[in-house]
Amino acid sequence: MILLQGLIGICVAVGAACALWRARRWFRGRPAKVDFLRGLLRFPQSYFVDLHHIVARDPYTARMHVMVAGGFTAAFLLTLAVHLFDIDSRGLAWLLLAFLVLMGAGAAFVALRRRPKPARLSAGGFSRLPWSLFAFAAAFFLATLPKAGLVAPFAAFSVPGIVVLVLAAWGCAEMVAFLPLGPMKHSFAGAMHLICHPRFQRLGAARPDSGLKPLDLELPKLGVEAPSDFKWNQLLGFDACVQCGRCEVVCPAFAAELPLNPKKLIQDLARAVDPGASDAAYAGSPYPGRPVGQAHGGPSRPIIGDDAMIHPDTLWSCTTCRACVQECPMMIEHVDAIVDLRRFQALEKGAVPGKAPLVLAELRATDTQCGAALASRLDWAADLSLPLISAKGECDVLLWLGEGAFDLRNQRTLRALVRLMRHAKIDFAVLGEEELDTGDLARRLGDEATFQDLAKRNAATLAKYRFRRIVTADPHVFHSLRNEYPAFGARHEVMHHTMLLDELVSQGALPKGKSSAGKTTYHDPCYLGRYNGEIRAPRAVLDAIGVERVEMERSGMRSMCCGGGGGAPVTDIAGKKRIPDVRMEQARETGAAVVAVACPNCAVMLEGVVGPRPEVVDVAELLLQAVEAA
Amino acid sequence: MAIDVVVLVSIGRHPVSGRARRADADARAVELALGIAGAHVQLVHAGDPDEPALRDYLGMGANAVTVLRMGPEADPVSVLSAHLSSTKPQIVLAGTRAEGGEDSGLVPYLVAQALNTPLVPGIVSLSLVGERAEMLQGLPRGRRRSLVSPVPLVATVPVMAPAPRMSAFGLARRGTIAVKDADAAADAARTAWTEGPARRRPKRIKVMKAASAADRVRAVTEMAAGKGKVLQNVPPEEAAKAIFDYLVTEGIIQAKP
Ligand code: SF4
Ligand code: SF4
Repeated sequence: MILLQGLIGICVAVGAACALWRARRWFRGRPAKVDFLRGLLRFPQSYFVDLHHIVARDPYTARMHVMVAGGFTAAFLLTLAVHLFDIDSRGLAWLLLAFLVLMGAGAAFVALRRRPKPARLSAGGFSRLPWSLFAFAAAFFLATLPKAGLVAPFAAFSVPGIVVLVLAAWGCAEMVAFLPLGPMKHSFAGAMHLICHPRFQRLGAARPDSGLKPLDLELPKLGVEAPSDFKWNQLLGFDACVQCGRCEVVCPAFAAELPLNPKKLIQDLARAVDPGASDAAYAGSPYPGRPVGQAHGGPSRPIIGDDAMIHPDTLWSCTTCRACVQECPMMIEHVDAIVDLRRFQALEKGAVPGKAPLVLAELRATDTQCGAALASRLDWAADLSLPLISAKGECDVLLWLGEGAFDLRNQRTLRALVRLMRHAKIDFAVLGEEELDTGDLARRLGDEATFQDLAKRNAATLAKYRFRRIVTADPHVFHSLRNEYPAFGARHEVMHHTMLLDELVSQGALPKGKSSAGKTTYHDPCYLGRYNGEIRAPRAVLDAIGVERVEMERSGMRSMCCGGGGGAPVTDIAGKKRIPDVRMEQARETGAAVVAVACPNCAVMLEGVVGPRPEVVDVAELLLQAVEAA
Repeated sequence: MAIDVVVLVSIGRHPVSGRARRADADARAVELALGIAGAHVQLVHAGDPDEPALRDYLGMGANAVTVLRMGPEADPVSVLSAHLSSTKPQIVLAGTRAEGGEDSGLVPYLVAQALNTPLVPGIVSLSLVGERAEMLQGLPRGRRRSLVSPVPLVATVPVMAPAPRMSAFGLARRGTIAVKDADAAADAARTAWTEGPARRRPKRIKVMKAASAADRVRAVTEMAAGKGKVLQNVPPEEAAKAIFDYLVTEGIIQAKP
């Protein structure tokens, strides 16, 4: 069948050309250091282990994907052998038939999954895809039958011959020739993305690779204004998006109908690279409350703007909770992109909404978010006479108090923590006036200059003293000290208070008591769970005091944000609902009487929910109550 | 033709930390100026060109600030007046009050006097209609009064004006500081003073007998919604008497028997 041979040959050639054509647009980005060989060698592991772990969280999709992708890849290679190079082997032909059947069955799952189409999936080219898969499988199934000796060979211009050609043309157009341009683009861009990943070290890492990278403040342009300001492998990452909508489903902002949908965000970024770009062809869920089709962009046009690709409200709705990053099967780094965009807005335009400019100005003027005097950080503890490290010079635990020390609600948590440490006879101290804000909030808001200034000064203070480890009750502080301060020379062992409490409980350093709290559900703070992988310690503490613990539908690494991260409370973008209300509703559904928290922001956000609701209590408070009852 | 707007900016001081920063009211004046359609905004500062806090203003999007260099002991009024009478901007804006020095809020008045222009105090918005400026003046308790004045004029901007935008690090770094040496006379009166922290004055406590939160809210809003009275078009003596009587009833001054 010379016609079929020709068709395959042409499609392969066109496919290669399209791939190059598509790759061109990635190189509109800035250069990035990429170890291509290392990525290539690690590819099988990255794909079959790291990526598969994520895909497998949705077993239906995972099976479907194994069948389609596995079936197609094998079938395609065998097709080249059997039909293009005309290798005459019954064995190969039978093998090809088997893989085509597998692929066809997979295609049936693809079609079934879209019936009716869940909101998170996109229409457009993706609606056509299952039929293209069928066409490919059917065409080569028919064409292979004679080679397997099952039917007599048929002529090209017979009815079956023409059917084969038409189906093969359709299937090969989608799956080979125009693969790099249509819905199948994800396979090609996705593979390249795994090889050239901008956070290559995240692959196979024991705990999440979540720290932001420092920005060189000497650069002529700070942050990302236009698509060409992204690194090329970031642009490649956006292009790998398969529009599966997993990020959309987990995004707290989307759930509360704030104008953000991480899936559309990535799609808009992927499209913005083209000259004359628009979002008109996007066929998935919109940003809640915003129409589709009115955004415009281009490789060197600003991405953020009222009629640009992304509206500022969209950018500032994100709580940087990383739920999207955690779920994305293509391992796209949404939060890095969002922070890059925020950096430009904050550092080059000063365009940060809501109360954020005020908070940032206070940070610069007073080194605290609320504009209080540094000395007043210890006001709540006047009766506790906390030892200062400046007086002691060294200690075992350096207690980092954080902004929570200025807040009435969180002073209760800190008080409980201090009392527990005293019970356990821990040698601890605080920095007192020397403790500045970590700059975490400034960094999430894109104000890298303020963050770096604070980080350097804090690092210098820490270097003066001797202590074994830093303990903090604030996961945001925990994250920045542990994962982001090392870049500024501060390398210390940092623990979240629940980790310390777990250690004390398991070592028997505290009296054994039983909690009288009723049914309790634990709300994972994003910056402790998803950012640091610590979901065990707080639960272990609750279990040790005999709490009747129930889990919310979303918990652990897949927990849902309280709405308090990423500066969202200060940028305060309006949505139909409030994120903490959505989360509290999930807590209510468990029937729990208590929501245990482990973060000052979660405590404030969840306590702000009105109406009858479970009580919001920090893990330290629950433990103290049990210990004192002992 | 673009209309020239000059904002007089000073170095502020954070009330808690005492750190140098953009002065709050001046920053609001810059914000207001940047929002005037068709305005060409220039910033002018009398003082030390090397003061880093000046860059806070540049970070708001003004390309340059002109610094009339003078020592800390000098009096800015004559320096500013001399500069402005040669550049002749149509509109001069300033914060109502500085955050250091005398804090009397008199500099804009003295400058207006020297330039022989009207002074409009406490405006929260300004737009240009031909040769006239239409302004909203902010009054206590959220009331607004609309005013119209021909330009040139000097206007002051209070801290109740819209909040200033964030100062962007990149813009602050790139903006230029143009220095002009100024011939300033020392402020003789000021050299004799010593500065010290202010003494906190005791606040009058309002006793509210409110049973519920709703009552408390009502008490506050009712109070805000205007006890006292508005006197309009009354002879000055009568107005002064009304103020005098009020101060007496509040126990702030005592009437001579
Ligand atoms: S980080 Fe969280 S809030 Fe931001 S886009 Fe992702 S899921 Fe949504
Ligand atoms: S960004 Fe990732 S999770 Fe979101 S739609 Fe694209 S591929 Fe799916």
